[in-house]
Amino acid sequence: MKARIKFAKRDSMKFVGHLDIMRYFQKAIRRANIDIKYSEGYSPHQIMSFAAPLGVGLESEAEYFDIELNSSSPPEQMIAALNAVMADGIEVLDFIQLEDKSKNAMSLVSAADYQIVFRDAYRPDIDLNQEIKHFYEQDEIIILKKTKKNEKEVNIKPMIYKLSADQNSVYMQLATGSVNNLKPELVMQAFYQYLNKEMPKFAFTVKRLELYLNGK
Amino acid sequence: MRRLALSDEILLSIEKPARYIGNEINMVVKDIDKVDVRFAMCFPDVYEIGMSHLGIQILYDMFNQREDVYCERVYSPWIDLDKIMREENIPLFAVESQDPVKGFDFLGITIQYEICYTNILQILDLSQIPLLAKDRTEEYPIVIGGGPCTYNPEPIADFFDLFYIGEGETVYFELIDVYKEIKSSGGTRIQFLEKACRIPGIYAPGFYDTTYFEDGTIQSFLPNNAYAPIKVRKEIVHDMNDTYYPEKPLVPFIQATQDRVVLELQRGCIRGCRFCQAGQVYKPVRERSLSFLKDKARKMLDSTGSDEISLSSLSSSDYSNFKELVYFLIDAFKDKYVNIALPSLRIDSFALDVMSKVQDVKKSSLTFAPEAGSQRLRNVINKGLTEDSIMNGASMAFRGGWNRVKLYFMLGLPTETTRDMEGIALLSEKIAELYYEVVPIENRSGRIQITTSASFFIPKPFTPFQWANMCTREEFLNRAYIVNDKIKQQLNKKSIKFQWHDADVAVLEGLLARGDRRVGKTILCAYKKGCIYDAWTEYFNKELWQEALEETKISLDFYNTRERDLDEILPWDFIDTGVTKEYLIREWKRAHSEKATPNCRISCANCGVKVFEGGICNEGQN
Repeated sequence: MKARIKFAKRDSMKFVGHLDIMRYFQKAIRRANIDIKYSEGYSPHQIMSFAAPLGVGLESEAEYFDIELNSSSPPEQMIAALNAVMADGIEVLDFIQLEDKSKNAMSLVSAADYQIVFRDAYRPDIDLNQEIKHFYEQDEIIILKKTKKNEKEVNIKPMIYKLSADQNSVYMQLATGSVNNLKPELVMQAFYQYLNKEMPKFAFTVKRLELYLNGK
Repeated sequence: MRRLALSDEILLSIEKPARYIGNEINMVVKDIDKVDVRFAMCFPDVYEIGMSHLGIQILYDMFNQREDVYCERVYSPWIDLDKIMREENIPLFAVESQDPVKGFDFLGITIQYEICYTNILQILDLSQIPLLAKDRTEEYPIVIGGGPCTYNPEPIADFFDLFYIGEGETVYFELIDVYKEIKSSGGTRIQFLEKACRIPGIYAPGFYDTTYFEDGTIQSFLPNNAYAPIKVRKEIVHDMNDTYYPEKPLVPFIQATQDRVVLELQRGCIRGCRFCQAGQVYKPVRERSLSFLKDKARKMLDSTGSDEISLSSLSSSDYSNFKELVYFLIDAFKDKYVNIALPSLRIDSFALDVMSKVQDVKKSSLTFAPEAGSQRLRNVINKGLTEDSIMNGASMAFRGGWNRVKLYFMLGLPTETTRDMEGIALLSEKIAELYYEVVPIENRSGRIQITTSASFFIPKPFTPFQWANMCTREEFLNRAYIVNDKIKQQLNKKSIKFQWHDADVAVLEGLLARGDRRVGKTILCAYKKGCIYDAWTEYFNKELWQEALEETKISLDFYNTRERDLDEILPWDFIDTGVTKEYLIREWKRAHSEKATPNCRISCANCGVKVFEGGICNEGQN
């Protein structure tokens, strides 16, 4: 029996890295007495896989991981059991039972929505809405991508599915996953470049609003 | 949302920001306005080390059972944050409330190893609390030290208002009550200290003066305050089954060094190894009952979700119900995939059976700690492990499929000769040869792998070796080279990996372990020069310590290499651990005549701890 769990990572929990979140959930599942399946072999581990790692410093309203179960209760009971043992800042939002042959979340990730909020002192003194619009209307958005060996120019526009802004926030939908992956910071870097400005180091916070799995 | 002491900018520019945010599972949250006493409990090393320590978890749980007390935690900020806090003048904070420590009533520091002393100064400095107790005015927290190093608190006496000598579970509440009483009646810091020092186990270093003879030895150590007792007796828990023990230990987000729940089987040790401080100061042996341990194991695993439990104590094989406990844990938590982390066991058929059940034989190793290379020297140090029992254990294990062995030795022990040193190489070789003898070629899974480690002997207070001379750095290294050369001449040299500890660190630890109050200046000087995290090889700065020794005129010859006279006043003589000086002298002399002393279960050696009327001394087995 397979299930997909959706959770939010908020507030100070954004400082807990991806690997630590995995270990956190392994323990949480034991605390909640979830009847998870373990792998065979000498050192059995819980069968669990995360959809898309989230960088340290980012909040999220939509993180997903899949588990395999020996037995399960109705989704609302599973959600309640998990939320009873969560740390402040982590909330389980959904528990979806999956068909046994369904692919794991990681291989299905295709896109993600992000919200970028400028910190008080760093809001650029521009008409954000208009400038984002013009920026997105360019035929190409070229950035320099550094690889281990050299730098190369990449057009990231095809990986930006949506881009808009209001007074203080920028919203974007970006290609995510193993085929194409674009980080929101890179889009913002291109935007500052377009404005002919240096991007300050801690200008904004990033929140992942949704993660899209193929077919969803 | 909780307010954090550090900004996002800082937290995102340092390593492992989750060290500083608190919010862990089982963290205690209290309303600050509804508590009377705020206690900051500090482990002066990095978070992952501090979070692995059982003592803090016990006291954290104990203090927080009181509604009027809020106990929070503090750890040493890592080097990267340390720098930022100094530059930006950010006061050190407790992880729970994120409030500055300087506003607390108490700052309690557990002192587990001597080499953390500069980190104690870092904690005080970053907290913006005066480093010297005499400079602290009314508004500062009471700084109190506890833990094994307080059995000689003198080198760090200047930095503390109080020390708690002995086990923390007994008189802390009394101390808190006295504090509340003084505080509510508008009393002063001095009035509190005068009252505190009358509680058994509490030592107020400012109330004592030391005078010295011309040769540098102590002439007198006496109270300068009428309330201060001449001797301070250590505190111990009498009933290990009717005391505090956490059922909901904290679960860190980042991986602690020991990422597991801990079951403490017993306190004390029956063995009486003459080099071992823990074995002497934690006497008498007091065991926890099987039912207590079973109950705590289940509760801790349930509340943490941990997948590993470790058993902790000195010489765990001596715990009376060890077999039953281990088989219980294996059976009870088998279907929950709980791993059992075994302590090092006396290798016999039971140990091998248990090890094969909980560890991967191919990956795990056998551990023996002969400590010395010859039977003669093992008699000197009273280590009752014979070559026969090592060979029998190893032989059984080799037949059972093990082919990795770890051997632990000490170099620089009293009376050690070249023969004893070479004995380390010979014993390692003998074990290697045994493997090829007992395991037929078709059953061998590769070559035998032996790791032989040597630490350097450091005489510790309250041991029969407290008077012993300690080797110099050069002498230590010389002895390590003798062993190394001998190993390299032997047939199985390729199967034996020999490693030894850092001799410079050992020499410093020796000074800090047996130093007196004058050594405090050296620690302060070294800290001011930038020494911090001395326990971390990459940060230990030998040159700066050397400068500090010279500038404060502290001679390693006097503190380390000199053999002390039996009638000399030792800096820690004012502490009464129950173990008498007469016993220690007896043992020191027996060591020189190479005589072993039977363990407490076989016969009573009249060490003196009978005065506590507890544990094994009361079992009537003697």
